[in-house]
Amino acid sequence: MRKSSLMVLATVATLFIVSWIFKGIALEDIYESNYLQGFLLTFSAFLTLSIMSFLYKDNPFYKFSEHLFVGVSAAYAMVVGFWTTIVGNLVPRLSESLSNFFQIPYQEGTYNFFYYLPVIFGLMLLMRLSKKHGWMSRIPLAFIIGTTAGLNFIGYLRSDFTNQIAATFIPLLGAAGEWKGIGDFFSNLSLSAGGQLVMMLSNWVIFLGVFCGLIYFFFSREHTGLFGKASRVGIWILMITFGASFGYTVMGRISLLVGRITFLFKDWLGIIS
Amino acid sequence: MLLLTFSDIGLIVTLVIIAAGLGLILKLALKGKEIDRRIIFIFIFFSVASPIIFQIKFSEKATAVVKSIYDKIDNLPEGSKILISFDFDPAMAPEVQPMAIVLGRHALIKGHEVVFMSLWTTGQSLLTEIINEYILPDFPEKQEFIDYVTLGFKAGNEGVLKVIATDFKKMFPVDNNGRPLDSIPIFDGVKSCSDFDLVISIGGGKPGPKEWILFVTDPSNIPMAVGVAAVIAPQMYPYYPAQVLGIMGGVKGAAEYESEFIGNYERFKDMKTPGLLTMGPQTLAHTVIMAFIIIGNIIYFRKRKKEAKS
Amino acid sequence: MRRNIPLAVTFVVGMLLIVSVFLPPIETIGEDFGVFFSIIAVFAFFLGGGNLIKVHFGKIMKKSNDWEFSLVTVVGFFAMLIIGLFKIGAPGDISTSVTAEGSYFQEMFVYLINPLQSTMYALLAFFVASASYRAFRAKNREATILLVAAFIILLGRTPLGMMLTGWIPESFSIFQVPNLAVWIMNSPNLAGQRAIMIGISLGVVAMSLRLILGIERTYLGGDDKG
Repeated sequence: MRKSSLMVLATVATLFIVSWIFKGIALEDIYESNYLQGFLLTFSAFLTLSIMSFLYKDNPFYKFSEHLFVGVSAAYAMVVGFWTTIVGNLVPRLSESLSNFFQIPYQEGTYNFFYYLPVIFGLMLLMRLSKKHGWMSRIPLAFIIGTTAGLNFIGYLRSDFTNQIAATFIPLLGAAGEWKGIGDFFSNLSLSAGGQLVMMLSNWVIFLGVFCGLIYFFFSREHTGLFGKASRVGIWILMITFGASFGYTVMGRISLLVGRITFLFKDWLGIIS
Repeated sequence: MLLLTFSDIGLIVTLVIIAAGLGLILKLALKGKEIDRRIIFIFIFFSVASPIIFQIKFSEKATAVVKSIYDKIDNLPEGSKILISFDFDPAMAPEVQPMAIVLGRHALIKGHEVVFMSLWTTGQSLLTEIINEYILPDFPEKQEFIDYVTLGFKAGNEGVLKVIATDFKKMFPVDNNGRPLDSIPIFDGVKSCSDFDLVISIGGGKPGPKEWILFVTDPSNIPMAVGVAAVIAPQMYPYYPAQVLGIMGGVKGAAEYESEFIGNYERFKDMKTPGLLTMGPQTLAHTVIMAFIIIGNIIYFRKRKKEAKS
Repeated sequence: MRRNIPLAVTFVVGMLLIVSVFLPPIETIGEDFGVFFSIIAVFAFFLGGGNLIKVHFGKIMKKSNDWEFSLVTVVGFFAMLIIGLFKIGAPGDISTSVTAEGSYFQEMFVYLINPLQSTMYALLAFFVASASYRAFRAKNREATILLVAAFIILLGRTPLGMMLTGWIPESFSIFQVPNLAVWIMNSPNLAGQRAIMIGISLGVVAMSLRLILGIERTYLGGDDKG
């Protein structure tokens, strides 16, 4: 290890210990095990700063945190999956004695033996780890694919296709009985339902926007003439959509950073209440 | 006499520093000097950190898409059953956790019976944290199993939704702590998701609000509200208002709901509002990013003009 | 055989789930498939964990580049696994939730997974800012439209928009930036997203049919032995 690396390591270790002690003292009135709590909070802050250090450049602290994250996350999912779904849904259908052991009510049923099927499929899926018997995992994979395809076929067709088309056919000339006179029509440009020009404009934008957007996605015909013009409008609508998505993405990313910085200032350093 | 608060002074100082820094960057960039990405990083850090330290807070007003969720919960008769699914992980939590907290509080103060669950593994731990640390301390009078219940996580994404859409207890025979659903009063008369008066999914990935709409609430015509991470929010609008009654998009949506809630419930007027507090850093960071885009474009157009001349 | 059985499984399961929507009497079969799917999903978690350990053990054994960090992964993995599976330090009895407040497993989530995962994603705030400066140029008409829409949303979604345009009278309130942002979300954004949504749904439906009918077989892999 180079001398400069050792210096960095020693500095980080010293800062960590100093933070631990100060945090422990600060938490004296709140927790009984204040030094343990102080250690946990300092370690959390250390992990946060280690990940952030990637902004400067890749370094061993970042790699340590990244590798730790991968390990604990995989185990976390396995544990939660085991206790909630294997113990919660499988055990009570397969074995009374195991149900008693886990203190889960046994569910008696005539066709419970069918529940050996997901166990067999699950074990076959694990065979993917073996080079020789890896092919066996194709069967449970086929079950997963079949279930997803079957569910998606209906779900997407109903909610994202037919219902979306139905929702696009909206009154383009304003709903009956809403007319408030020509003066109001042109002078009330509020966003509320009262502003009829805005409402009408919105409906036209939705109807034509969806139509032109779909034309843009239609690649079986050359985009020339009237078709090309509609496709062009489609691109503009899509550009507004992407602009809106960009704006929201920025908002989302900033919020995540706010979360982390709040943790550092509030929970770790204690400089804000 | 002009009275300035600590926040005001902080805001002024921050704005001056940022403006000066941006001016310097513009000057350097116009001279043709490359701006290191780490300088941009420092700007973003400063524009987010400063409003947090100075607790800069703005007021918000609920827009129609958010107000409709608030009104729905507010107008449901007492004792209505509401299912709230925490379909998020720590990566999304700063955005959607404020929604989960305020929705939980609103549902409980109105006397509704609330069922909490999750389709994300980490949602299980977040459920424990949010309910025990943020929601329940305000409601010592509320009883588990009568006023609320936590079902926890189930693996299987749309597989879970497919089952609970028609038979809830088949997927959740017991609650989070192994208590049979048949013995929990909230579940009296509940066969499927159709027996809930409102379903709310808070999330932003897969499985999340979209899957709830596709596999549960749209086919069964169940009133559905969504609280989503900002990245997903624009994708939810085609479902509004026919398939979802309201959308809370990102921390802005949470802030709008919080302001509506604290404005109407005296008991919670001083509650912590993480959504509203995030809007301070949000405003400044947006301004800085817009300034960067403008500077980038000024440099681009100058370069293009020079190239055209030569 | 190794290809035909999986194809048959996909066909039967997929078709049954579609038919169960139209035939309520066989709805329970669809529900059972949902529970099976749920259980198999947990085995997929096990597969993921197993594969991770296999890869990192391999690195440690071979002492390949950065093997020390693989050791961190393995130690973290087993520590979390043992604490969770044996409910070490958990309050209550065996039926109490593994994530109950105060359990070591929950503490590890709060102090390890939470900061690690949320900071990973928080980094994106810096990169989105850097990308905005370097790549967001009004090069042509389309890019300009995108830029203008993004600006209206960025302004309108913060109190800044109201500060700048709050003076516009109520009857022309559509021109106030926050309202304009709302209008963009409710109208052009809705239209664009819906067009994309319809396109994607057609793709998903077509792909689902191809999978169920066995036309699409890439998920079976390349090894064809019978």
